[in-house]
Amino acid sequence: MDILQFVIERFNYWIFTVLMMVGLYTVIARGNLVKKIIGLNIFQTSVFIYYISIGKVSGGTAPIFTTEHQKELKKHEHHGDAHHGDGHQVPTHQDGGHQDTAHQDGSHQGDAHDSADPMTMDLHAGDLHAGDANTSATLTRAGEHHGVSTPDLHDGDANALHAPANDALVSQGGDHGGDHGGEIATKATEFIEPLYSNPLPHVLILTAIVVGVATTAVGLALAVRIREAYGTIEEDELETADNVAEFGVADPRQQQDGGQGAGRLNPGGAQ
Amino acid sequence: MRDEHLILRIMMKVLFAPIILFALYVQFHGDYGPGGGFQAGVIFAVAFILHGLIHGVDATRIALPQKVLSIMMVVGLMFYAGTGVLTMLLGGNLLGYDVIDPESTHHAGQHYGILLVEFGVGLTVAATMITIFYHFAGREPEIRDEDW
Amino acid sequence: MSLIEQLPVLPIIIPLVAAPFCLIIPNGRIAYFYAIAISALTFLSCIGLLHGVAAGGTISYYLGDWAPPLGIEYRIDLANALVLTLISGVAALVIPASYPSIAAEANPKQIPLFYGAMLICMLGLLGVTITGDAFNVFVFLEISSLATYALVALGGRADRRALTASFNYLVMGTLGATFFVIGLGLLYQATGTLNMADIRVQLLENGTNRMVEAGYAFIIIGMGLKAAMFPMHLWLPNAYTYAPSAVSAFIAAASTKVAVYVLIRFTFSVVGADFDFVSAMLSYVLMPLALAGMFFASLVAVFQTDVKRMLAYSSVGQIGYMLLGISLGTEAGLQASIIHIFNHGLMKAALFLSVACVMLRLGVHTVDGFNGLAKRMPFTAAAFIFAGLSLVGVPLTVGFVSKWYLLQAAFEADRAWIAFLIVASSLIAVVYVGRIIELILLREPPEDGPLFRDVDGNPVREAPMVMLVPMWILVLANVYFGLRTDVTADLAGRAAASLIGGQ
Repeated sequence: MDILQFVIERFNYWIFTVLMMVGLYTVIARGNLVKKIIGLNIFQTSVFIYYISIGKVSGGTAPIFTTEHQKELKKHEHHGDAHHGDGHQVPTHQDGGHQDTAHQDGSHQGDAHDSADPMTMDLHAGDLHAGDANTSATLTRAGEHHGVSTPDLHDGDANALHAPANDALVSQGGDHGGDHGGEIATKATEFIEPLYSNPLPHVLILTAIVVGVATTAVGLALAVRIREAYGTIEEDELETADNVAEFGVADPRQQQDGGQGAGRLNPGGAQ
Repeated sequence: MRDEHLILRIMMKVLFAPIILFALYVQFHGDYGPGGGFQAGVIFAVAFILHGLIHGVDATRIALPQKVLSIMMVVGLMFYAGTGVLTMLLGGNLLGYDVIDPESTHHAGQHYGILLVEFGVGLTVAATMITIFYHFAGREPEIRDEDW
Repeated sequence: MSLIEQLPVLPIIIPLVAAPFCLIIPNGRIAYFYAIAISALTFLSCIGLLHGVAAGGTISYYLGDWAPPLGIEYRIDLANALVLTLISGVAALVIPASYPSIAAEANPKQIPLFYGAMLICMLGLLGVTITGDAFNVFVFLEISSLATYALVALGGRADRRALTASFNYLVMGTLGATFFVIGLGLLYQATGTLNMADIRVQLLENGTNRMVEAGYAFIIIGMGLKAAMFPMHLWLPNAYTYAPSAVSAFIAAASTKVAVYVLIRFTFSVVGADFDFVSAMLSYVLMPLALAGMFFASLVAVFQTDVKRMLAYSSVGQIGYMLLGISLGTEAGLQASIIHIFNHGLMKAALFLSVACVMLRLGVHTVDGFNGLAKRMPFTAAAFIFAGLSLVGVPLTVGFVSKWYLLQAAFEADRAWIAFLIVASSLIAVVYVGRIIELILLREPPEDGPLFRDVDGNPVREAPMVMLVPMWILVLANVYFGLRTDVTADLAGRAAASLIGGQ
């Protein structure tokens, strides 16, 4: 039963591994260039799934700032914008009461102060005072709590680590985030709050998807050009065509004395 | 050609404007919710790709020539890089949006900055997507239909 | 705002702002002068950075004013300042030399795009080097790789095999980058941060576990693919051979070096060589592969009939030397490795440029084209000979400096047998370089036949001045840094010390 549990608890890694192997196998085993690109895509997608799954907090929703919370914010007399500092790709910030996100803000303040960069400090000091007393309290606590070297990400991560599906990881980050985790748990009851998944992997994967799309486009464009130049996109046929152009035979191993004179422009008469 | 695919052509006409509108919504709502330049750019491009699928790539090329797309790409990237350079000129670090509106108590500069950058991203992505479509769809077909 | 404060971001922002305009520049020649100006500016800002780092220590720059470890940090220490200078310097020399060659080899309409892609490729390589954020490395790496795929495929007009070479490079490169991302994901999961310095802090604080080890292994494999570490080098010979000559010169000098730099960075200052699994990886995986690469690739190079392909195999062998230096795991080894990264960039750029000159005049890059070259194109021939001797490691050239420090490092690590193998593999380099030098000096140019006249049917002339001057600057740099060893050795030594010292 333990084994079964071991397997089931890590189902996201199994999916990742299987998809990754399917993709890798396709890239290596298939001779058709378009199929190779499909394989590459499957391979990349498996990595995307892996990243998204490590950012998932059990019970957490997508890190999206919804209008209901905005209304709540106004009830709590918060500045909606005050916490928007985390940059565009991470619209995670809720009012200070929301434990995990406030924590992220808070630790960031702590870092900004501790890293003793006056410019950064000023900037974020503005952020700090913009919130109400409630927020500031959290911020200070979080600030104290974190040393210079403890980035806010650890909190998001600590959450992720506490998710049952990821409990294998507690050994590392768990104790690191454990104390915060406890704090989060107690504080969480005081506020009406949605629990958010860690947004950072989403952001990373958004970037990786764009890179993947670009790679696919370039790969397909090359496949089109190869089809035009050779009339085929099967790897073995391409090799045969090259060998015929260079050595005059399909398999150069049969005729060892070829090779001279090759490499002159346009051996295959390709355009 | 005119009389063929009547339903498709009408549906395209009906759908074209809402798709663009949706793209703009995703574009400018990206500051608060899901969305942003990448998604909006692709949706924007979808409208033109739909046009190209139904009326043929040549017709779309007349409506939105490749030259315009190249300029769109450059302008989009300039919005992005330009915002970065602007923040540098204003005394901040690259893309340190807060210097755009230093008086603000709630980081209004972050909003302006990200709107500009996302707009640039949207333009570039849309232009790039349509360009990719043009180049793939616009090549001379040298595979005959029966070969497929 | 002062320019000095913004200096760290200039090598990225200058080409980033400039490259898109190549899309709308109508004329290849305008794009050429434009690209020269941009690459020169970038080079100047890199020199400024190197100077600033050498004088004032590590420079850190916070993108968007977000302090690390939350924000992205550009962190320039001596190690990456040296690599930055190498990349931008090679770009600033190859781009001026590229016009005659690329005009002959590529579609004239594509020349502005070629320069745009060159600038983006340079930007990506600089970005990989400059950033202190692990995920940023991946993004910049893919920016440069995508540009490189397009650049290699430009050779498809002259030889259609460039297309398949580029495709294979794309498949292998993407696999490598994706492996790298998996590794990063594991490191991120274990440490909760993506800032390189912070990953190190977290690992020292919490120790490692199997996840970190797996992540490091993925990173080694991914970067090994990108760096053409033996036996993952199969994409490289074709890509270098069939790419346009100017592109070969640039990517041979710059792109694999950057992957080796990332390997160094992750081995020594992100994960840290003081962990057992890292030193095990170095001595039981990296070192055998490095040695095998040195011998195997050099041996294969001896039998090539195509000079570009020969140089490509030699590059795989030279990567072996760099990895060997890393795999010793000592400061001296690392120093030798960094010196060789720099020096090998100089010599390979010069060699590939001289092949580009031959290609321009004779339209071939096979050994036949080099028959009696000394009589037909004396300056090109002399440049090839000097750079070739540097590749072998003859005293008074940079190649000797690299080998000398590598030998010293091997003796210092009590591994005399490695020193013996280094010398033995250098002898193979004597064979393959000597073969070409013999053709150049001792053979008579063909009296008749296809290579008697140049591609236009005229008597063969010396290559144009715009190609000779950058090539000779590189050759002279080979000699200069071979004599003034204190410059590179001192900088590399300090870089190695700061890398090994951890923080």
